[in-house]
Amino acid sequence: MATYEKILLKNMEQPGYTGSLADYEGTGGYRALRTVLRDMQPDQVIEVVKKSGLRGRGGAGFPTGVKWGFIPKNHPGPKYLCCNADESEPGTFKDRQLMERDPHQMLEGMAITCFAIGAQTAYIYIRGEFRLGAKILEQALQEAYAAGYLGNNILGSGLTINIYVHLGAGAYICGEETALLESLEGKRGMPRFKPPFPATHGLYQNPTVVNNVETMANIPHIINRGGEWYASIGSPPKSCGTRVFCLSGHVKRPGNYETPMGITFRELIYDLGGGMRSDKPLKAFIPGGASAPFLTPDHLDVKMDFESVALAGSMLGSGGVTVMEEGTNMVWAALRLMEFFYHESCGKCTPCREGTSWLVQTLQRIWNKRGRPEDVGVLDELCGNIPGRTVCAFGDAAVSPIVSTLLHWRGEYEALIREAQETMPRNKEIPVFTP
Amino acid sequence: MLIDRFKNEVEDILSRYPVKRSALLPLLNLAQREEGFVSESAMKEIAKVLGLTPAQVFETVTFYTMFNLKPIGKFHLQVCKSLMCALVGSDEVVVWIQKKLGIAQGQTTADNLFTLSVVECLGSCGTGPMMQVNDDYYEQLSEEKVGRVLDDLKRDGTCSLKTGPFMYPQPLAK
Repeated sequence: MATYEKILLKNMEQPGYTGSLADYEGTGGYRALRTVLRDMQPDQVIEVVKKSGLRGRGGAGFPTGVKWGFIPKNHPGPKYLCCNADESEPGTFKDRQLMERDPHQMLEGMAITCFAIGAQTAYIYIRGEFRLGAKILEQALQEAYAAGYLGNNILGSGLTINIYVHLGAGAYICGEETALLESLEGKRGMPRFKPPFPATHGLYQNPTVVNNVETMANIPHIINRGGEWYASIGSPPKSCGTRVFCLSGHVKRPGNYETPMGITFRELIYDLGGGMRSDKPLKAFIPGGASAPFLTPDHLDVKMDFESVALAGSMLGSGGVTVMEEGTNMVWAALRLMEFFYHESCGKCTPCREGTSWLVQTLQRIWNKRGRPEDVGVLDELCGNIPGRTVCAFGDAAVSPIVSTLLHWRGEYEALIREAQETMPRNKEIPVFTP
Repeated sequence: MLIDRFKNEVEDILSRYPVKRSALLPLLNLAQREEGFVSESAMKEIAKVLGLTPAQVFETVTFYTMFNLKPIGKFHLQVCKSLMCALVGSDEVVVWIQKKLGIAQGQTTADNLFTLSVVECLGSCGTGPMMQVNDDYYEQLSEEKVGRVLDDLKRDGTCSLKTGPFMYPQPLAK
């Protein structure tokens, strides 16, 4: 089995490492912030990050340096950084580990980002359920303030940077960047129309960068070791660096694994994850969180980088890989995810609000052996009418479990419907779904 | 009055934001922490502090699933039922709890100790099945472990099986 140099998980995997400021400094922590404040201009920092090829780790994979570059230089008012710690994509649990085990790594990244974009205030929007993570971050912030890495006149540079933890309250959609901003403004977390983008009209209508936890954690390492170094890892030129992949489902050793981008799914699932947990073979896997279309055993040798997974008809998304063994019913799996999307649709756009409800009802009907021959057509039609007709990408994501399972396992839908036709009492009313 | 009792904490929260309304979620979280749910009087108080109408507070509260509008038991058991946990047996966890406590989803035990909810993904997919009890996560649940957690909570008000700072898999000892 190949071994890889870890970047983000390296410290925390050392025996006895607690994530305290002293531990972090002991491994060279906050050296990058010192370098930046002493030797660099904001534009130079942005250039280094652009050169590194770092792309957002939240799911969309937008180039981080380019995002920073969109922040207007001559804006008269304040600018903001928001760290997206709302980790809610089913299948994803990497940010939780990064925050709880090595909080200073992301805080240093945030401080450097604030310097690069000219922000004095940053918020960590953390999902409401992560109380322990919020507590650990608050403690780490206190340490960082006391040591002069945050607050007024940090490290004698004259700069002010304040970071605050802001707890959400249980809404998946708040991981969408404009919904996050709405929520941070104390409103219902409903995505905004774009454009204008947060880079010009973000928090309180001021220029704002929203970056994922893992993205932030990469920044100090890129500063310390250079953009060229980072760009040489993984699958350059489009997918540089490592990813923390989250493995879940029917595998022997689930968990977080950091590897360079571009290893194959087979390597992650069978080498690192130890293979299937029982002797049943693999039937399906989700390559990048619940929003990513399902793939089949034929795709096991696809490389885990943005482009290769997209070519295979799915997306690398948040890096959450969920494995399902033979015997898992794909209609049931799609239904479980659909119930999630139905519950989490914010209700702003009609196609998504109504469509997810119809999809759940239709799937429940099929799964409960009350399906009608026309129901597969109903699913096809609904799935064709939601994507691209909503304000945010949620609509596209919500149909992906059904579209992809219909593509690869249409027979399972049809079998359940056939069974329903054979067993369903005639003229009996079809039960109505109540959420 | 809630706001008066936590004057310092409220002021600290307000000082973090240039626009008052941003303090809404933190203040609601504070109210729920103290009362177990978000009461109508708390919403009115918070509206007054932030210069909002009670309706503006209410419309925000109803958007977020974590805010309880009614009192619940002392321990809120929230079992994740999303696909990743369901693959490794979260439906059984619900059955174990129902069997042990005699309550269905959404119900509270007669002694007001436990309320059972079945919720969507809590970000613990590699260590499922799991449940959250108030602020704490309990992961890799078995029937025996669920039993111990419930017994400990009932007897001691706390349980040592909760997850600490998360790392999984644990690095191999060298």
